[in-house]
Amino acid sequence: MSGETESAYGLIGAFADPHAAVAMARHLRRDGFRRFEIYSPLPLEETNEFIAKEPRNWLALIMFAAAIGGVVIGFVMQYVIAVIGYPINIGGRPLNSWPAFIPVAWEICALFTVYIGFAAFLAFCRLPKLYHPVFNAPGFERASQDRIFLCVETRDPRFDNQQLQSMFHEHRAVAIGEVPL
Amino acid sequence: MATAETHWREPVIGPEQNYATVSEHLSDLVLVQRTPLWWYAGFGVSMLLFLWLVVAAVYLLANGIGVWGVNIPVAWGWALANYVWWIGIASGGTFISSLFYLVGADWRNGVNRFAESLTLFAAAAAGLMPIFHLGRQGLFYWLFPYPSVMGIWPQFRSPLLWDFFALLCYILNSIVFWYIGLIPDCATLRDRATTRRAQIFYGLLALGWRGSARHWRNYKIVYLVMAGFMAPMVVSVHSIVGLDFAAGIAAGWHSTQWPPYFFIGALYSGWASTLLLMIPIRRLYRLERIVTERHIEVIAKLMLATGLMLAYCYALEAFQPFYRGDQAERDAYLYGAFGAHAGSFWVRNSLNIFLPQLLWIPALRRNRVLLVLLSFGIVVGMWFERFNFVVTALAHDYIPSYWFTFSATIWDEGILYGSIGLVLAGFFLFIRLLPVVSMFELREVIRRKERA
Repeated sequence: MSGETESAYGLIGAFADPHAAVAMARHLRRDGFRRFEIYSPLPLEETNEFIAKEPRNWLALIMFAAAIGGVVIGFVMQYVIAVIGYPINIGGRPLNSWPAFIPVAWEICALFTVYIGFAAFLAFCRLPKLYHPVFNAPGFERASQDRIFLCVETRDPRFDNQQLQSMFHEHRAVAIGEVPL
Repeated sequence: MATAETHWREPVIGPEQNYATVSEHLSDLVLVQRTPLWWYAGFGVSMLLFLWLVVAAVYLLANGIGVWGVNIPVAWGWALANYVWWIGIASGGTFISSLFYLVGADWRNGVNRFAESLTLFAAAAAGLMPIFHLGRQGLFYWLFPYPSVMGIWPQFRSPLLWDFFALLCYILNSIVFWYIGLIPDCATLRDRATTRRAQIFYGLLALGWRGSARHWRNYKIVYLVMAGFMAPMVVSVHSIVGLDFAAGIAAGWHSTQWPPYFFIGALYSGWASTLLLMIPIRRLYRLERIVTERHIEVIAKLMLATGLMLAYCYALEAFQPFYRGDQAERDAYLYGAFGAHAGSFWVRNSLNIFLPQLLWIPALRRNRVLLVLLSFGIVVGMWFERFNFVVTALAHDYIPSYWFTFSATIWDEGILYGSIGLVLAGFFLFIRLLPVVSMFELREVIRRKERA
């Protein structure tokens, strides 16, 4: 490891073709690299395989829990108000007229799911985070336009500038650069 | 049949488009292009209309709803017609975004941003109407279930209260659903912006989006689940609007057919208003290669199909009073069709049902001028439908001594035309400040096409 890469965040390569970037990432994983990340201007379903295997899909589970929570809170709110807080006897009809409580319970369920889901999405993405070292990478503005970037962090125990440079070349990276910290 | 279909199979995106061209074209419209003259003209007119709303609203708030044409028995007038109309226009956008996302329709990606933005502003305009319509607007917070010192609580068995919750949750959810779709595109604008101001503005909106694999995976999950909730939500919202009337006992309102009737009408006006705005903007912004003939064709066909469903609803609306044999209901229907407000009844039938049958003919369907005119007709026709529905049932209730002829005042007009200004002003700001078509979704379309 040379001195200049010590102060760098990582080594980054730009690809014009999503396939090439994914092939490089597979190569890196085979060689035992762990700390690398693909940045792309569009979702690439192949990249899911590089995200550390999580036993459960927490984001979806949180949204599911939010939906259940929304229904329960929405229904209990109406029950408490209509049965305990302000009972109105209309011709002896039951106070807990639960079919009439479904619409509002559903709307609150949708509200909870979308808002808690959005908050959880931001939390799982670690957003908002306006500064990130990878933004220093030369030409990184194209990561949101037409280039797929692959960044290997210097923190990776196997990080070796020379070897990675040749690997990027081998996988037809159109540009290679160091990401200053 | 199949050959006719493949013969007219315009691509969903121009074959020469790639990741770079869509990013450039759509972000340059916002970042580089000088504000065109038509934008100033359109925005200026919209703001003048909006000013009309402000004046009408201030006058209304100062003097009470007696300045409108409403009275007992016609206690619901234009404001309610406007409300149902706007919420209907809003529904179309959410439905394009959510349902057609779930079914994986590739044409959705060219139009969902337009339609969703229209939803946002239309829902906001809709939300104003019931508040204006309250006798004491400042007390609207009584609708919230909060522990008041009076010890009273809202009545949760009433569709009117359901409506309050439905609309509130719908507007709040639409904002997030629209915004989350914008985040990756704001990142593109941030990265392409050349001025410091634009970089900061879009940078803040993008929240630091980097497009990493983890970002995209979470994004896909959360967007899919949101779409799965928004599609049934929009059905529920407009069905509840229908229930507002169905739960009323006025002759002509008290029927179970209104939830689907209202929802179908909502989609119809949603498609029409989407086309009405999309066709001119497509031309003014030179988006012909991105919003292709295919998009227009699909929405025109949807409009035709929805129009037929609405025709069935109208037929049922005519059939039921006579089948049930209730004198008052029959009279109310006939009053709607031939009474003092018959004009609105025949305008609605002509613009919503008869004229759109022209869309059966492919050549006419592809005539964009005609399509804009028909869409405009449908949007107008839907307002007349709502007006006829709201007013005639109240004006012709069970007791003949109670009958009443409604006539609107200029303050009614101010609220309606002014609300159009509000929606258009918002829409003009949107097309100037944000990409009118979702760029990252277009990149997905391009990739799918390349791999196919």
